[in-house]
Amino acid sequence: MHWLKIMLDSFWPFVAAGLLFTVPLSFLSFVLGLGLGFLTALARLYGGKGLSAVARFYVWVIRGTPLLVQLFLIFYGLPNLGIVLDAFPAALIGFTLNMGAYTSEILRAAISSISTGQWDAAFSIGMSWPQAMRRTILPQAARVATPPLANSFIGLVKDTSLAAAITVPELFQSAQRVAAATYEPLVLYSEAALIYLMFSSVLSALQSRLEVRLGRHLSPLEARR
Amino acid sequence: MIELTGIVMAYGQARVLHGVDLALPKGSVTALIGPSGGGKSTLLRCVNLLGIPQAGSLKFAGGQAPELGDIEVVFDGRGRLRRDVILKVRRRTGMIFQAFNLFPHRSAVRNVMEGLTAVLGWEEERARARAIELLTKVGLGGKTEAYPAALSGGQQQRVAIARALAHSPELLLCDEPTSALDPELAAEVVETLRALASEGVTMLIATHDLRLAASVAREVAFLDKGRIVESGNPQDIFARPRQERTRAFVSTLTDFVSESMGI
Repeated sequence: MHWLKIMLDSFWPFVAAGLLFTVPLSFLSFVLGLGLGFLTALARLYGGKGLSAVARFYVWVIRGTPLLVQLFLIFYGLPNLGIVLDAFPAALIGFTLNMGAYTSEILRAAISSISTGQWDAAFSIGMSWPQAMRRTILPQAARVATPPLANSFIGLVKDTSLAAAITVPELFQSAQRVAAATYEPLVLYSEAALIYLMFSSVLSALQSRLEVRLGRHLSPLEARR
Repeated sequence: MIELTGIVMAYGQARVLHGVDLALPKGSVTALIGPSGGGKSTLLRCVNLLGIPQAGSLKFAGGQAPELGDIEVVFDGRGRLRRDVILKVRRRTGMIFQAFNLFPHRSAVRNVMEGLTAVLGWEEERARARAIELLTKVGLGGKTEAYPAALSGGQQQRVAIARALAHSPELLLCDEPTSALDPELAAEVVETLRALASEGVTMLIATHDLRLAASVAREVAFLDKGRIVESGNPQDIFARPRQERTRAFVSTLTDFVSESMGI
């Protein structure tokens, strides 16, 4: 059972690479990307002609070019302009920019989906615009946005494997290294896939719990919708 | 006394209100009737500045909270007002909507508390006591912890009434408060509004509901194409309209029943 030994020997190093790089990279890029996405959505929705055009341009460029090419540009390309970044920050910037573009569209749709009557009600009791947004619109938009945001987050966890190409020693790169040394690619890449599946399963479970939490005010009929 | 003078409102090129004058003495209840698209909602929204008119002025004087003082807002056509001016006006007005617009993610009591805690900075306990008092008053003392989705339309509208009254406004604006309700649920809401009227709450009610216009209001104004065509007490407007246009509109509200019943 040669392959089983290889699998067992590599399991913890793989998980460690995942915990040290894949998870922090995913988590940080998601949180920062969500912030960027929110600002971009606000710019699109309420920013007037100028800001809205900037936001649209940003989403257009990021969404229209491959993530791997963006990562290469940041890590290998920017040094030509004198900007030299370590692998991890370069990956973080790339993934954050990417998340920002995709989540901005999700948030824009979620915010627009809340009826204007909710704004009217919030304003009529004296709330300012930021208060209405924070206390009335966002909590409702969050429920709408959760499923597609979870989609993006899970997609991001898997996409962090691209960081291997710019020398980040994350999960997939560990698998590549061991596979090259042992000539057991089938076993090792299957194992890596399994660990990615583990990570994303945790996220799926969190998504379900969050949806229940955000939807607890709904009637049974609405909740099923 | 709340006074609107020469209110002009346009959305882009489309003029919706052409210089409307309306006086709402303290304790008066005015029904605003007229065809859809005639400007009823728009006029209501001008009173609490959800819409900012291009011209005219809005005056609040001698309210029950003297510390708020009198205010006059003159609209200069720039479409922007200072936040403190807007807040002063909203502090004096409450509004209920055709679609209720309760905050679905908050329980009934939280809906009523929202403005008190978030805007007026009241302590949680004090706001809760006030909210429960108001919910009890509209007959929902037993439903304080219910979410809007668990309430009937009539109950939701009554929570909305409690929410609109939470900050003790001088004027309650009602934008077709019974239009989304079946006749029985509408009756609950009419009853609640009638009780408030008898307590001396000043109200401006846009409505197609005859019962509301004829039995709660003491004053009726007919608004058509952005102008007040005629106003007076309900008996005169419904039974003896002076203007042909008023007669035509009122007859669509009243004749239907008698015609279809063959009486």
